[in-house]
Amino acid sequence: MSPELEIDCRGMRCPMPVIELARRFGEVPVGGVVALVATDVAARVDVSAWCRMRGQEYVGEDAAADGTPRYLVRRVS
Amino acid sequence: MSRTRDPAATPPAVDLDAASSEPLHPAARETLLAALEQGYADPRRLHRPGRSARLLLDNARAVVAENLGVRPDEVSFTGSGTEAVHRGLLGLVRGHRTGTGEVVHAALEHAAVRHAVTWGGRTSQVPVDRLGRVDLDALRNAAARPGVSAVAVQTANHEVGTVQPVAELDLPAGVPLFTDACASMGRLPLPTGWDAAAGSAHKWGGPAGVGVLLVRKGARWRNPFPGDDRVDERVAGFENVPAALAAAAALQAVVAEREETSRRQAALIARIREQVARIPDVEVVGDPDRRLPHLVTFSCLYLDGEALVHRLERAGFGVASGSACAASTLEPSQVLSAMGTLTHGNVRVSLTRGTTGADVDRLLGVLPDLVAGMRAELDL
Repeated sequence: MSPELEIDCRGMRCPMPVIELARRFGEVPVGGVVALVATDVAARVDVSAWCRMRGQEYVGEDAAADGTPRYLVRRVS
Repeated sequence: MSRTRDPAATPPAVDLDAASSEPLHPAARETLLAALEQGYADPRRLHRPGRSARLLLDNARAVVAENLGVRPDEVSFTGSGTEAVHRGLLGLVRGHRTGTGEVVHAALEHAAVRHAVTWGGRTSQVPVDRLGRVDLDALRNAAARPGVSAVAVQTANHEVGTVQPVAELDLPAGVPLFTDACASMGRLPLPTGWDAAAGSAHKWGGPAGVGVLLVRKGARWRNPFPGDDRVDERVAGFENVPAALAAAAALQAVVAEREETSRRQAALIARIREQVARIPDVEVVGDPDRRLPHLVTFSCLYLDGEALVHRLERAGFGVASGSACAASTLEPSQVLSAMGTLTHGNVRVSLTRGTTGADVDRLLGVLPDLVAGMRAELDL
């Protein structure tokens, strides 16, 4: 998966990663994928909950090159 | 020290955190004060003060048994709800003949259960759905595996209020069930089907420092901790007779008032659920139907739970938050994570028996602007 945008949220604590996601989500076109890299364990639940509440598609989780969890979101609207 | 207070600037505080601790019931206060004089002695002694203390302790046991629908010899008083959980669950684990210490439990059990399992057994978690309902098929399948010593399923969740179908679990024969009833005891009738159960007096309006351990007659339960030579072999230490009696008096009072209280509180909670759901990007969590009558939890996207608690405190409301953003562990709430709902911006509102419709209206009046104002500061 090669996302259009990768947001580095390493070291940020909740709810900052989700706030960053909301701030920058509009930078990708509809159909594009945003990747959010986060060390905060709460991001795993919060990113998918954000997708559900905002009507976006949670694609899944992989890892950045350094092994940090990375959460993928497709913009559907 | 001078204390000045501008009533206009600081509205009177409304305690909306009964799920943490319900204010002492007047029946408990009265009983406690009387029993402090009459129940100080060692209930094992045969002299008059000892017999008086023993009478009060037996009376407390009988009253609790009657109001929970159990036998008096199934009731023990512990030093806390947590201790009752530890003894109840670990006693079943220790009493199981063929089990290897594995405890099958719902993913959203209270920390008291999870810590007990970590300490004295091995954990086997069963998932819950978005509403917090335990996956019953997964629970039965896990419970049927060889080596399982006990199953633990709470009566109702302390954070989101979802009630579990404890009486309908239909577990394999020979696998005992522990139910943590701390969140619901006194507020809902105790379900059937358990081998051991636990409750906590300060959550129903009794004094803190009293837990209730219930062990079914005939259950294979063995004391998991050192024994003692007291009145009750399931617990240890000198009995807090006045507090146990006060807890019993409070339980009797809240059970007598339960129907009316529950109806009134459920209507207020329904109003909160409905109004809060209209605030943009706010998710009301927990089962909308099978739930505790006095409690509602919701999560506000983008907001810090602790900051929300402070803002609501300034607006005159004392609430709790399950969000861990600022908690010592930095681990998100086990309950909210297990349900897959937002772990930040979480607020739990739980009504005391004195909470009025006017209190709720005032909360609902300030909440939308408070949330919008906090979000405006975020520059989204």
